[in-house]
Amino acid sequence: MVTALEILIVFLVFSNLRLLGLSRLNASIRTVAAQGVVLGIIALLANAHHITWRILTIACAGIVLKGVVFPVLLYRALRAAKVRREVEPYLGYLPSVLAGVGAFLISLWVAARLPLPEATVSTLMVPAALSTMFVGLLLTVTRKKALSQALGYLVFENGIYAFGVGVALEAPVLVEMGILLDVFVAVFVMGIAVFHISREFDSIDTTKLATLKE
Amino acid sequence: MLVLSGLAAWGVPRRAAAWVGVTGAIVGSLVGLIPAIHVLADGTTVAAQAPWNLPLASFAIAIDPLSAFFLLPVFSLSALTAVYGFGYLKHHRGRGRAGTPWLWSNLLTASMAAVLVARNGILFLVAWEVMTVASYFLVTFEHERKQAREAGRIYLVAAHIGTAFLLVFFLKLAGPADTLDFNRFLQGGPGGIAGTLFFLMLVGFGVKAGFVPLHVWLPEAHPAAPPHVSALLSGAMLKMGIYGILRFLPYLGAPPSLWGWTLLGVGLGSALTGVLYSLAQRDLKRVLAYSSVENVGIIAVSLGLGLLGLTYDSPPIVVLGFGAALLHVLNHAAFKGLLFLGAGAAVQSAHTGDLEYLGGLLKRLPSTGWAFLLGAVAIAGLPPLNGFVSEFLLYLGAFRAVANLTPPAALAGACTIGGLGLVGGLAAATFARGFGIAFLGEPRTQAAHRAHDVAPSLRLPMLVLATACFVLAFASLWIVPALRPVLAVATGIPSAILAAEVASVGTTLISLTEVTAGFLLLLLALAGLRKLLLVRRAVATSITWDCGYAAASPRGGYTASSFAQPALQLFAPMLGTRVTNLDPLGPFPTEASLATATPDSFRERVFGPLGRELARQLARFRHIQEGRVQIYVLYIAVTLVALLLYEFARVR
Amino acid sequence: MSVSAGLTLVLSAVVSPLYLGVIQRTKSFFAGRAGPPIAQTYFDLFKLLRKGAVYSGTTTWVFRLGPIAGPAAGLAALSLLPQGPAAAPWSFPGDFLVLIYLLAAARFFTLISALDTGSSFEGMGASREAAFSALAEPVLLLSIAAAARSTGQTSLSGIFAGAGAALSRGAAPVFLLLAVALVIVLLAENSRIPVDDPSTHLELTMIHEVMVLDHSGPDLALILWGGSLKLWILGALIVGLLLPIRTGHPWIDWLVFAGGMFVLALVIGVIESSIARLRMNRVPQFLVGGGAFAVVALALAMR
Repeated sequence: MVTALEILIVFLVFSNLRLLGLSRLNASIRTVAAQGVVLGIIALLANAHHITWRILTIACAGIVLKGVVFPVLLYRALRAAKVRREVEPYLGYLPSVLAGVGAFLISLWVAARLPLPEATVSTLMVPAALSTMFVGLLLTVTRKKALSQALGYLVFENGIYAFGVGVALEAPVLVEMGILLDVFVAVFVMGIAVFHISREFDSIDTTKLATLKE
Repeated sequence: MLVLSGLAAWGVPRRAAAWVGVTGAIVGSLVGLIPAIHVLADGTTVAAQAPWNLPLASFAIAIDPLSAFFLLPVFSLSALTAVYGFGYLKHHRGRGRAGTPWLWSNLLTASMAAVLVARNGILFLVAWEVMTVASYFLVTFEHERKQAREAGRIYLVAAHIGTAFLLVFFLKLAGPADTLDFNRFLQGGPGGIAGTLFFLMLVGFGVKAGFVPLHVWLPEAHPAAPPHVSALLSGAMLKMGIYGILRFLPYLGAPPSLWGWTLLGVGLGSALTGVLYSLAQRDLKRVLAYSSVENVGIIAVSLGLGLLGLTYDSPPIVVLGFGAALLHVLNHAAFKGLLFLGAGAAVQSAHTGDLEYLGGLLKRLPSTGWAFLLGAVAIAGLPPLNGFVSEFLLYLGAFRAVANLTPPAALAGACTIGGLGLVGGLAAATFARGFGIAFLGEPRTQAAHRAHDVAPSLRLPMLVLATACFVLAFASLWIVPALRPVLAVATGIPSAILAAEVASVGTTLISLTEVTAGFLLLLLALAGLRKLLLVRRAVATSITWDCGYAAASPRGGYTASSFAQPALQLFAPMLGTRVTNLDPLGPFPTEASLATATPDSFRERVFGPLGRELARQLARFRHIQEGRVQIYVLYIAVTLVALLLYEFARVR
Repeated sequence: MSVSAGLTLVLSAVVSPLYLGVIQRTKSFFAGRAGPPIAQTYFDLFKLLRKGAVYSGTTTWVFRLGPIAGPAAGLAALSLLPQGPAAAPWSFPGDFLVLIYLLAAARFFTLISALDTGSSFEGMGASREAAFSALAEPVLLLSIAAAARSTGQTSLSGIFAGAGAALSRGAAPVFLLLAVALVIVLLAENSRIPVDDPSTHLELTMIHEVMVLDHSGPDLALILWGGSLKLWILGALIVGLLLPIRTGHPWIDWLVFAGGMFVLALVIGVIESSIARLRMNRVPQFLVGGGAFAVVALALAMR
């Protein structure tokens, strides 16, 4: 069981690296969706011995939201903005991938030194979560298309969720549902925003937004 | 034997001095080799002592296995390069006396030997200084060229900065003792200042060895000197820095892991920087100079790994790390010497060192080409030659660390493996480019086309060094066990404890040599097989097929900068290559050009601005230099009065 | 050197051209064609061996050195590889280093024989080969380092022998990542799609094929054989790491090994048929991705 979990966690780490190297936006959306689904499965597997209805519903809700609803919303925004590829980001693809690998290694080191409770899932979970958060941050900061920044936010959220799973935080139903709702609304709003930005500026290249400061 | 070399060194600045200079060099070197080999074989130490009335000084010399080991490349290279220089300098009926280069080169050898056997701080520093001065005059041998003067200036400044650090190092290491004799240095470690001492030592010797970022003088000085001198500089003088580190490490006590990591980091940085800049150079000699930086980096990595072995108490890693470093010192002397001599011959025949203007030299200089190819294969660290053996030992140490040690040491091994793998691949690319563009294909200019082979006196040393590469590779299984006494001195671990480890390394090397020999035999067998097959068949000669392009011109062959471009593109931020181009315009373009230049980033961005700023600040003091004698007398008088007053105040 | 080891060496040298045939057949199957017979490589070799040769006037003996370096290095490397239940004729700590660097030496000689022709096509291929293999080598070395760490061994025989125990101790993720990294290296080093296209000969886009453009006759046969040896060696490395099954019955072990090699050939064929060739400037990213797999595997193994 631990091995299967570890393989899934490794998949998580590599989905991050793939995101850093990808320029096609629809493939990026698919990768983030896969990440969300895998996280849901990890959450289920982690509590495999004491599954309650609560855990099951939340995990399934997460899987459905992240695997189906968000991609649909984002695809719609993508189609409306008529873009397919990311333009050359502030940090090139190759350095980004190297930074992602470096982030994972540093997360391994940091996680060993954090005073965390006993790992219930696997010792890899917290480093994977930390590196996911970092990758989300990197995506938001270095990419130029607004959609990529939305994806970066989603990845960051995934990272926080993974961290929660990793230290087996048991939050009340209300809090967990609230978080999911938060994310849903954020993505919805971002989709609308992207659509409007593209309509106003004829592109979703955020470098053009910088002219607003004048 | 030192004195003999010294006498030969005053090799007479007269006419017909070349003969005297060469004979002196050869005889002195051979005589010097005898005690060195003797000490290595026995494992004993030969010492002598005499007083000297400078403060803190005494004329203490000794040859122990470590010194003897480093004496080997010094003397062998000096003898061989003397032979080469004899033929090379015949063409240089320059100004000045014919014997001057011989004076300086013999003095250089003598001073290097003195550095190696000195056992007193002042003696060491004096010899070090003589070494610097002698090599300065050799670097600026062609002083008509501005580039040579510039190179000499940078070299002098850098070397003296290093010497300053060394002076402070020695003074601190001596502590309260009244002399700088080595055996009076603080025994058992100097306590709290070990870290400072390590840093001082690293910088002081690092400048001479060529660690990045202290390497900026290397790519200027080595190409500016005549090729036989460059061979001596790269092969022997750089190793003086390594010797210094090896000699004084045991005095600093048990190494904390920080030192091993520092050396490892410096080494990997030097190796990667060196090989990248080497790949980017247009001048063949500069390629070789940067490659020396790379190889010194590899030696530093080995030392770092060995130090970490000492910290984590793992004898196999210690033996493999230090052993790889020592072996690489020897190997590098052999193949770098060979490469510089070959490059010198090629440059002299084709009258240019620019890779873009060479080509097809293998057909015109067959023996030089052969030798250069062997040197290239050796320096790329490929079987069956000697570069592979020392890199193999280093890799083995790193893999051992990864497989068996705790995570911090294993991490060091992992970094070594990844870094060295990258550096090795790039080094192979560099020398495929260096050899391929210069010696293969069609000549790109008329000068290259008219090149002819060089005199026997130039070819003989190359032949000897090429043979040495083979011998070092196949004799490694005897050489490495013979290094045991040297390792004992360098690591401070008694020879008996090292015996088991060294023996197991020896056994591994036996199998390695068997496989390498097998590879060579297979090469010969397949060559014979092919010959057999082609005996009865039609073998024709034609132009290069080139996929059917029948009008190929020599200028259409691949260029050196194009060859390097895919690899360099990946590291573009590090290199800062400047591209100037004139794009072709219109349907019938008349002018178009592209030029790339990769200046040394460290020189451009760090030392250049620093030097200029310093010069600007110091220029403020220039008004002290009035030029009038009266003012100077006044200065002296004022200073004397001030000193007198100070003494009065002190006594009071 | 035992009889079985020697026999294995000879057999694998002879059987390796078949490997190319299997891969080619798989690709044809995916393309909806019947494809050439599996033994096609043998037919090519015999055809070439019977021909004469044409040498360019620009070339020297360096050009003639390239083709013999490939098979010589391949055969010498095979002598270090344990295959199936057979031990390697030579086994010592660090033997995989000799294996990797023998192949690197062959690559170096091919590079300079390409530069010897003085043609810019070959030069282009050589420069790309030099750059990409400089990236592929650290990936290969780091993957083996990860395997060495999990098994605690430093020789190939030791690593293969210890792999079974390591897997049962839960090192499966490490080996999985290793396998991906090694497959990426195999694709890069043997000029497979997505790095290089072995079936077309468009000089401006190819790497390996264009380096050997001027060779003919027995030289080309030697190059072809050398290439198939290299493919076999890297394949056997992957199969040895992933299928460390030692039942004690030689015939079963042999069957497992051969089966593993066959499946690997199928996998390579499938990969080649499903992805398109990468743009030249994406190949370094591909290799660095492989490096990421190896580094993460090493990090996991060091926990």
